[in-house]
Amino acid sequence: MSAAPRSWHAPAEALLLPAGALTAALLLFGLFVWFGGHSPVAVWLLLFQGAFGDAFSWQNSLQRAAPLMLTALAVALPARAGLTLIGGEGALVLGALGCAGLPYLFPGLAGTAGSVAVLAAGALLGAAWVALAGALRQWRGVNETISSLLLGYIAIALFKHWVEGPMRDPASLNKPSTLPLADSLRIGPISPEGVLGDVHWGLVIGLLLCLAAGLWLSFTASGFALRVVGGNARTARLVGLPTDRLVLLACALGGAGAGLAGALEVAAVHFAANASVIAGLGYTGILVSFVARHNPWAIPPVALLFGGFAAAGSLLQRRLGLPDASVLVLQGFAFVFILAAEALRGRLFQLPMPALAKLRLVAVQGRPA
Amino acid sequence: MTLDMVQDLLLAILGGAVRVGTPFLFVSLGECLTEKSGRINLGLEGVLVFSAMAGFGGAYLSGSPWLGVLLAGCSGAALALLHGLLCSLNRVSDIATGIALMLLGAGLAFYLGKPLIQPQAPQIPSIALGAWSASPGVQSALAINALFPVGVALAALLAWGLAHTRWGLVVRMAGDSSDAAKALGYSVNGVRIAATTAGGFIAGLGGASLSLYYPGSWNEGLSSGQGLIAVALVIFARWSPWRCLGAALLFGGAGAIGPALQSVGISGGYYLFNAVPYALTLAILVATCSTRRAVKGAPMELGVLK
Repeated sequence: MSAAPRSWHAPAEALLLPAGALTAALLLFGLFVWFGGHSPVAVWLLLFQGAFGDAFSWQNSLQRAAPLMLTALAVALPARAGLTLIGGEGALVLGALGCAGLPYLFPGLAGTAGSVAVLAAGALLGAAWVALAGALRQWRGVNETISSLLLGYIAIALFKHWVEGPMRDPASLNKPSTLPLADSLRIGPISPEGVLGDVHWGLVIGLLLCLAAGLWLSFTASGFALRVVGGNARTARLVGLPTDRLVLLACALGGAGAGLAGALEVAAVHFAANASVIAGLGYTGILVSFVARHNPWAIPPVALLFGGFAAAGSLLQRRLGLPDASVLVLQGFAFVFILAAEALRGRLFQLPMPALAKLRLVAVQGRPA
Repeated sequence: MTLDMVQDLLLAILGGAVRVGTPFLFVSLGECLTEKSGRINLGLEGVLVFSAMAGFGGAYLSGSPWLGVLLAGCSGAALALLHGLLCSLNRVSDIATGIALMLLGAGLAFYLGKPLIQPQAPQIPSIALGAWSASPGVQSALAINALFPVGVALAALLAWGLAHTRWGLVVRMAGDSSDAAKALGYSVNGVRIAATTAGGFIAGLGGASLSLYYPGSWNEGLSSGQGLIAVALVIFARWSPWRCLGAALLFGGAGAIGPALQSVGISGGYYLFNAVPYALTLAILVATCSTRRAVKGAPMELGVLK
């Protein structure tokens, strides 16, 4: 008793599956904290309050969503080219290093041009780092997931070496940092007096880049070619598409996104490169991209949701004394359910529904004797 | 640098090879078994962190390090079982599941392990192989983690079991040709779930070695990529348990360079030396992989290396 596929089935699934998976993750999270002796209802309410309860929490969520959009792009674009590449964290910390480091090389940087230059330096470093993993896979057949993770650890080591060694600001005693960024290079809030408060221009940059990435994939020849490569690399080669170049392009663009995220963390939030930058934003970006099914247009709302959860995490910590890792647990649950939901795609409306089927039988055949 | 310092350094690296290499050994053996059945479990990184926490908690609460080791193995097996079950679903990729497990394992470990950061748990005893020597340097270098011989025995058991037993043959068949396994009436998914779970148990012992021997405490930075390196090591070891042992020792030595240099008073570039194992892993992957042929000895069903 399964229904034939209808035209509305696919879009309905695209919405219902992630929504269902996230609901399941929240339910399981409630159960999890209940075992720890907390009220699940209180936790759910606090999650909502901390994420979207008032203007302040909205600001907090939006601020955290901005880098997530960019690091999610670092996963989504290579994924559309057929690569499971998760080098966002490495690209992000190198982007931060590049942004903080450029003024060391060119002390004269100032003004808008200077800001653009430090952001571009971060984006370039990120692009190079992720493209390296792509290149290793295209030319040496090295598994890109493993190499991108390894490159991430190497990037963090390089970051710590430079920040705590040659680039260290002698005035930063307890928390090794680079020299603070000059005032004129910093990226300010969009409207400090308005409702948006501290939310900085990174949010606009993230939104625009997600929009642009979606337009590129959907409406340009090279974007289409990239999706062909991702769908079937052999076909792409057979029809003569420049597979290697397209894959590298996707990796570099994605990496530029994550590098930019790191640069923005320095230029708009911390004003210097230090350990605060290594906050797992790259790893959360992986989850955001998977929930958005690597669709750039779906990334901003998902990034907002997970930015909201991250914002609520500190509230959970303050009010209920939950460990700060509670958000990580919620993210882990969400990831597992999102993947499991994939198994239902294309079959959600074909699932046998015993009760319904029986009713229908009764209607067709009349009441069994 | 004087001759004495070089000698101290070499001793420290040698001792470190076993000390740092033991977790590598267990994780790579676990991954070897998993991959032989035709699946890759990138989530062993998460398994390692989670089982390190569970092992530490078990030892702390029960007072016995060996109960901790057992608990670490079981919690590793539980997490790996989840991986095996998820991957058996339609259209669920083992790579993506591995990434999810990495995040979940770390999240659960940090959450549940929060109260365990302060206390001290009873440690796994060490075996003093260096008792014959009068030099304290030699003695400390040859004081060996009691889990290490267990790992060596496990490598021997795996090598023999995979080659000479019915079970080993079934696992290898599931990894080399799922059609053949199906034709003989074996459930390919069942075999893979079992192999993944057993692999998770073995990897969990590596977690216990981290939290109960070296470094011997629980904190959130305990495992930073060792699980992942071990996964890459299996490729380098070409899916042979014996070569996993060699590779684990080599990487343990590479990982010991940083702390060893620090112990003789060279602290410049500390982070760079700590990154040596990652860079070495990457270099080895670049050297052994190729786009044209599968890596020699790779299980045929392992999509990740095609």
